[in-house]
Amino acid sequence: MTTPLSSILLVLGASFIGSFAAVSLKAGADRLPPGLLALFLSWRIGLGVALFLLSSVLFVAGLKHGSLTVLYPMVSLGYIWTLFWSRLFFGEPFNRSKVLGLLLILVGVSCIGLGNR
Amino acid sequence: MPLVSSEVSESEPDTRAKTSAAADPRSIGMVFLCTLMGAAAQILMKRGANELSGGDLAGILTNLPLIAGYACYGVNTILLVLALRRGHLSVLYPIIALTYVWVTILSPLFFQDPVNGWKVAGVGLIVLGVSLIGVGSRE
Repeated sequence: MTTPLSSILLVLGASFIGSFAAVSLKAGADRLPPGLLALFLSWRIGLGVALFLLSSVLFVAGLKHGSLTVLYPMVSLGYIWTLFWSRLFFGEPFNRSKVLGLLLILVGVSCIGLGNR
Repeated sequence: MPLVSSEVSESEPDTRAKTSAAADPRSIGMVFLCTLMGAAAQILMKRGANELSGGDLAGILTNLPLIAGYACYGVNTILLVLALRRGHLSVLYPIIALTYVWVTILSPLFFQDPVNGWKVAGVGLIVLGVSLIGVGSRE
């Protein structure tokens, strides 16, 4: 089964947008005053939710066609982007266990993609 | 207003974690719960989608599994945000990959999804990866 380029671009775009959703939620969470209501009033959290919704729509559209073997590993690229943004925006350190752990997750998700063919 | 700025304005109370640990154990617990909610949401939504015939709006709005699935996603997001208050994004976010583990384990119970070697290997590797990130971030 060949995977159309449009599916690859949709899934890559979705993983990229999803990683910014995580950044926006984190930025919102860091500025959150106590109380549950504040959660619904934060524009950063609202933006994060909107980006997550957008990325899930793109994922569904992308995964409709093409091979899961190719597309599933791309889905989990979102974790890699997020590792970079965590360092860039929040100054969180890279360390060996984070990089190795993410690689294991990536290979694991790829295996599940192979198993779902 | 910038999305990410290094300082917090005086009007907003600073509730950031003061500890040097990469993640509060409560935050890790909350993200763990998040993955269970996420898996429940996916299974409910798949069940709901299987019941849908055609794409009429009335059918979607009265589809209980689908509505319950969305509700799970709502709780999921609230838990994630609360967790992110006390922990590093780079530690907490990868834990969400456990959702794949629960969905892969639960799918054979709810749908005709056979288990195979690839899935077992994938589940094992994800658990290992998430554990490694967790353990490596304790110091």
